[in-house]
Amino acid sequence: MAAKIKLSIRDATKHYGAVTALAGATLDLAEGEFLTLLGPSGSGKTTLLMMVAGLVPPSGGEVWIDGNLATYAPPNKRDIGIVFQNYALFPHLTVAENIAFPLEMRRVPAAEISSQVKRVLEIVRLPHVAGRFPRELSGGQQQRIALARCMVYQPSIILMDEPLGALDRQLRDQMQLEIKDLHARLGITVLYVTHDQEEAMAMSDRICLMNNGRIEQIGTPQELYFRPRTVFVAQFLGESNIFDATVTEAGGGLRLAGPAGLEIRAHAGGAARGETVKVVLRPERLRLLGQGESADNWASGTLKETVFAGGVTRYFVALPGGFILSAKQLSPGGGAAPRIGDAVRLGWDAEHTLVLRETPAS
Amino acid sequence: MSLAQATTVRPPLGQSPLIRAWPLYPLLLLVLGLFVYPVAQILVLSAFDPTGALSIANYARIATTAVYLETLLITFKIAGWTTLIALLAGYPVAYLLANSSTRTRDTLTLLVLMPFWTSFLVRTFAWMILLGRNGAINRLLMALGITDAPLALIYNFTGVMIGMVHAMMPLAIMAMLSVMQSIDTNLVKAARTLGARGGQAFWRIYFRLSLPGLAAAGLLVFITALGFFITPALLGGRRETMISQIIITVVQELMNWRFAGALSVVLLVAAGIVFFLYDRLLGMSTLSGGAAAADLVGRSGRGLIARAGAAVGVRLIAGLGWLCDRAGAFWDRLFPVAADRPQRGTARILLWVVGVLLIAFLCLPSLFVIPVSFTGGSFIEFPPQGFSLRWYDTYLGSPGWVAATIRSFIVASLTACVSTAIGSAAAFVLVRQRLAGRTAIIALIMAPLVLPRLILAVALFYLYARLGLVGTVLGLVLGHTVLAVPYVVITVMAILKTYDERLDHAAWSLGATKWQTLRRITLPQIRGGMIAGFLFAFITSFDDLTVALFITGGGTATLPRQMWNDLLLQVNPTLAAVSTVILVFVTGFVILAEMLRRRATLRTG
Repeated sequence: MAAKIKLSIRDATKHYGAVTALAGATLDLAEGEFLTLLGPSGSGKTTLLMMVAGLVPPSGGEVWIDGNLATYAPPNKRDIGIVFQNYALFPHLTVAENIAFPLEMRRVPAAEISSQVKRVLEIVRLPHVAGRFPRELSGGQQQRIALARCMVYQPSIILMDEPLGALDRQLRDQMQLEIKDLHARLGITVLYVTHDQEEAMAMSDRICLMNNGRIEQIGTPQELYFRPRTVFVAQFLGESNIFDATVTEAGGGLRLAGPAGLEIRAHAGGAARGETVKVVLRPERLRLLGQGESADNWASGTLKETVFAGGVTRYFVALPGGFILSAKQLSPGGGAAPRIGDAVRLGWDAEHTLVLRETPAS
Repeated sequence: MSLAQATTVRPPLGQSPLIRAWPLYPLLLLVLGLFVYPVAQILVLSAFDPTGALSIANYARIATTAVYLETLLITFKIAGWTTLIALLAGYPVAYLLANSSTRTRDTLTLLVLMPFWTSFLVRTFAWMILLGRNGAINRLLMALGITDAPLALIYNFTGVMIGMVHAMMPLAIMAMLSVMQSIDTNLVKAARTLGARGGQAFWRIYFRLSLPGLAAAGLLVFITALGFFITPALLGGRRETMISQIIITVVQELMNWRFAGALSVVLLVAAGIVFFLYDRLLGMSTLSGGAAAADLVGRSGRGLIARAGAAVGVRLIAGLGWLCDRAGAFWDRLFPVAADRPQRGTARILLWVVGVLLIAFLCLPSLFVIPVSFTGGSFIEFPPQGFSLRWYDTYLGSPGWVAATIRSFIVASLTACVSTAIGSAAAFVLVRQRLAGRTAIIALIMAPLVLPRLILAVALFYLYARLGLVGTVLGLVLGHTVLAVPYVVITVMAILKTYDERLDHAAWSLGATKWQTLRRITLPQIRGGMIAGFLFAFITSFDDLTVALFITGGGTATLPRQMWNDLLLQVNPTLAAVSTVILVFVTGFVILAEMLRRRATLRTG
């Protein structure tokens, strides 16, 4: 990427006694980029964020912010801004005073402070709440003020620690759009933390998926979804059928032998003949084949269960030997829907067979 | 569901709320009869002369006698200084506690509350051992060559200050801690990331938000300190006589109830004025702390004084923050911050050193009575001479001491039983029933904790004198129950509030009767809280000197009363032996109670 690197983390580790919270993370963040640290709780994403903020000293490794070494620099000397999960607005200061705080700390002249405060309040579309106290604002408004307080001094990076976690579903969707919009309009560089995969996919330029203190994979949401490098990534993002298979032919395309006598075609990968690999099939890529319809891959079985979920319907198909594949399709609008107990065939294209090797090539 | 069904589903409690609240009545009766009535009587009495005519003679006497005015002034001076020092010394400890891990906090809290839990007389006696002319501190100082002649640390203002600050610091710390714990730790972090240096973030954010705690602690300490008499009597000189001591003299030596009543009124009015000024200045909302913090700024249209005070306060804090910022910037220039190696935690280390020293000041002194009690010599001295059990022999061989000990145990056990029974019953009603005037009733039950205990003691003496209850175990038990029952009500209410009432509903639905539910489901789960309440009540009675001072005599003295007599007349190592027994016993008891309370809260919470 040609853009300037705003944040560079080199092999950062964190140990609490015998517990390893972060086992070596390396990561670059380009100017104007929106990168999300995604992972289950305890995966080390918040530790990494707090390390960038200077609130948790690393046990090893380096942190560079805007070209300056900042590994152990105090938080006030780092040129970063944080939006905390509970916003951390100062309850004894008004909205305007909250936003003025970072400027006062930087000894900005009073006249400029007030014009800057006005400016960012306009940006977040809340110019009328300047004189109010944080507790007099709604959750969404507090969120926007927290963002304004960060933006006013134009830090190199804005860190956000699950900033939408405390909001209800509807407001969360709306704030996602607003944050994305602000990011696009102002070109700010954002390091975002969440455990919500949909939020991460909706907002990020790139996602850094973490697990057990390690980075599993970094890439665009599409890369992570369509080309997961590990079983964990495949399982964490979206739904999947995952099973072991053995490579029987590794020529122009792969041929694999799966459970229940499945013969599977896939596009060529690095796997060698005789190797045991993991096969990942996304349910929405499997379709129920009609009479005479064919596909690169197919499997026959009995329909065990259907689950209607509004727009889509899930089908669970039992193959001989009891092995179950799940498929997801747009719900049929009346007509001839397959019934439980029917013999059905599932089909999918070779390009949708994801093959994961035990040791993913990096 | 049909209407008919709906009515049968309701629990069969069709009685009026007044009847349903019956478990509350024994306690209410006790508080009205042995607290409200006698106190009101003694206060009203002060406005009449012996012929029964309305008279201001008593008040005129106070107003025109230099000695009384002077005492009042001294009382205020001592209480004021105690408050100031207790707040200054308590703040870092509270800060340390609030910013530690839960486990560290629990341990440190136990240590901080140590003096609170050791008998008041034992503590004061320990200070007498430490501060005396030949006491441990003077010996140490001279041995180290810091002074040539012993310093005057006792029977003067210094002695009173040490004793009072020691007694009041735990209260100050706990009051501040409760507010500090409600401060969101992210706020200081946010201030740091927004560009504030550590000192700036502390003064402008943390300190500002902890002010309600400081205010509440100050008020609590000041008002409590106004009523002290043990510390100034034992550690002070003639010039440190406080108003409570005068009241004791007036009652015990002059038997002048009316005048004692008048002095009590003056004490109460003084406390009331402080309370009022406080409210005007800071708003009572600060006492409840937390969210009210912001109101401290005084933006909401309160009085002129309040706003002026707030403005000065804000400037002061900003100034302190600026000063810290400048000092920090200077420090950084001397020792530049390196981004490539871990930071020194200088401030944190300093805080721990200060905190540990202050906590040592709180919990170590009482322990000095132990070695002293094993001395082979005939005087109290530290280090003790040799090792012997002779003073324990003296203690156990003295019929007076043994009788006092037994009496104390009997009275404390009875008090604890009565308090637990009526206090728990009342707590059930207060938590589970919708009661008109619930807040007022709780305030009434808690009032004996707030009112200077001495006033209650004088009032009870006056009442008992006419009922013939002076010197009786019954009188003592009833008096102590008034003092002890609030603790039972507090602990049991706290547990009941966390108790999930659906468990009871489940038991009913499974076919248990109300009584079976209470016995088999509710009580086993709140037992910890009740036992803790029992133990606190026991200690309150066992440690009480004030009430016992008036309503027990030579032959009917309790242990604290007996100790008090000896402390005033002839200090000898027997007292150390008695103190050691009380110390070990009471401290063990209280720690047990505290552990039970925590376990109980943990389980239901």
